[in-house]
Amino acid sequence: MKVFIVAEIKNYTMNFGPQHPAAHGVLRLVLEMDGEVIQRVDPHIGLLHRATEKLAENRTYLQSVPYMDRLDYVSMMMNEHAYVMTIEKLLQLKVPIRAQYIRVLFDEITRILNHLLWLGAHALDVGAMTVFLYAFREREDLFDCYEAVSGARMHAAYYRPGGVYRDLPSKMPQFQPSKKQSASEINKLNKNRSGSLLDFIEDFSKRFPTYVDEYETLLTDNRIWKQRTVGIGVVDPDRAVALGMTGPMLRGSGVEWDLRRKQPYETYSELDFKIPVGKEGDCYDRYLVRMEEMRESNKIIKQCIDWLRVNPGPVISNDNKVTPPSRSEMKEDMESMIHHFKLFTEGFHIPKGEAYAAVEHPKGEFGTYIISDGANKPYRLKIRAPGFPHLAAINEMTKGHMLSDLVAIIGTQDIVFGEIDR
Amino acid sequence: MSQGIKKQTQSLKSFFKKKMLSIDEDKGEITITFDQKNIIESLRFLRDRPEFDFKQLIDLCGVDYQEYKIAAQDEKRFCVVCHLLSLSNNQRLRVKVFADDDEFPIFPTMTEVWPNADWYEREAFDLFGLMFVDHPDLRRLLTDYGFVGHPFRKDFPMIGKVEVRYDPTLKRVIYEPVSIDERNNVPRLIRDEGIHRG
Repeated sequence: MKVFIVAEIKNYTMNFGPQHPAAHGVLRLVLEMDGEVIQRVDPHIGLLHRATEKLAENRTYLQSVPYMDRLDYVSMMMNEHAYVMTIEKLLQLKVPIRAQYIRVLFDEITRILNHLLWLGAHALDVGAMTVFLYAFREREDLFDCYEAVSGARMHAAYYRPGGVYRDLPSKMPQFQPSKKQSASEINKLNKNRSGSLLDFIEDFSKRFPTYVDEYETLLTDNRIWKQRTVGIGVVDPDRAVALGMTGPMLRGSGVEWDLRRKQPYETYSELDFKIPVGKEGDCYDRYLVRMEEMRESNKIIKQCIDWLRVNPGPVISNDNKVTPPSRSEMKEDMESMIHHFKLFTEGFHIPKGEAYAAVEHPKGEFGTYIISDGANKPYRLKIRAPGFPHLAAINEMTKGHMLSDLVAIIGTQDIVFGEIDR
Repeated sequence: MSQGIKKQTQSLKSFFKKKMLSIDEDKGEITITFDQKNIIESLRFLRDRPEFDFKQLIDLCGVDYQEYKIAAQDEKRFCVVCHLLSLSNNQRLRVKVFADDDEFPIFPTMTEVWPNADWYEREAFDLFGLMFVDHPDLRRLLTDYGFVGHPFRKDFPMIGKVEVRYDPTLKRVIYEPVSIDERNNVPRLIRDEGIHRG
């Protein structure tokens, strides 16, 4: 009699990250594998936890604005936007219309910034190197817009309760000749920087659709790209809603939900744009949704530029209990001097109450919930990060997939640890 | 929108009647407070009945009301706040539940109503020490492995309790009590006059 000895194969545990280039920062996954098939994923997060919410309880409302930049550090101004909107809701503070348009303009610039980084990183994870280099070329121009308007390339602290810090500059900063670059090279670089910031953004928005075409040429019909993304990480619409998914993750599954359209804030109700929606709910559809969103953002940018060119006006509320008076007023007027002093030593107070306000962040719904006890600091600040429920769903999305698909799914979720760990 | 909120408040009032503790409407937001008893059943109604249809749990967070001067409800300390969203009715709702015991705050888990409550509850447990009964996997989420205490409680110092450093003689990372003092340049202040009034 022959005896067959069948080896007993057990699941084994594997560690992924936190020092893995595809882990998008500091994600540590403990994987339970059956051969190369994933059985269970247990994400260990919190390696970038900085207790932003606790810190905010010990800072005045204005001092917390720069902390917001550092949450989702690839879409800085959008985080500020949700935060200042919550404060404005609590104070019932009116924002000048020009400030609203500037916010929309920079929200959409931020959306493009975020989607470009997502696209580059996602493609790089899956194995397409070139897109990353292309995407970063455009990001550089957009960072210049950030710098021109706020002085900082990334962490702008530009949105303030009551408006934005200052009006758009009438002159775009230019490159200066150096030992490395000749005058003719500099002239070439400065060609689209001769006018105002709006001229520069307009020039960019004219160029941008062809850039998106370039990315699409590289990826959309690419056989390898499709093999890696079609049918991977499928989420059906009901499940996407139940799992708390928002933004492109939800729209990729075919649910038409966009706060800009459904619960319009600032001036979105007056702008013309479409909401792209996916069908299958896989990585490829989410890719298509985000690509289309970039084109739509570009359209919104154009409309904002047209409006901003012909409608000058104040960009921050003139209520000096909340916003600082101008420097010239301060030098002439005693009351303005007192306002300035009180604002920057004690900060403004928010009446007792609570509010939640959310924006359509590039990753989904980004909201802040503030409880105030009437003090100059929040009693409790809760940040609703869109990536948090997405990452929580990774176990469900990857079950039964191969290890290499895990990387595509992390890419499609657009994970940024600044916002998940907070 | 404000019309819809009035209508929603009315329908919530007439449906829950005595099952809820309070409902109020402020700045276009509805807040409903439930008792610990029957909370899960009430949440199921909120999720499943077509006139509410709150299919999505947007956010769940813990709140420590210890230092809140005018305490919310019977001066209970811990509270869980949920933000719900109904996609079909385009409505939002805030749900509050207070823990009966301040020393050992217990809540029923909401994971069976909304699956994404899982991580939110782990976070609330980690940061506030709230216990969720029947939660499938109540582990710490954000803090370090082996962390002691619940850092977002109001009696936990902002600078923390321990610091880490590498000890060259022991050749490993060691934990020590914090050596710095808490720095607070702007005192917390509640004023009745001279503030913005909308």
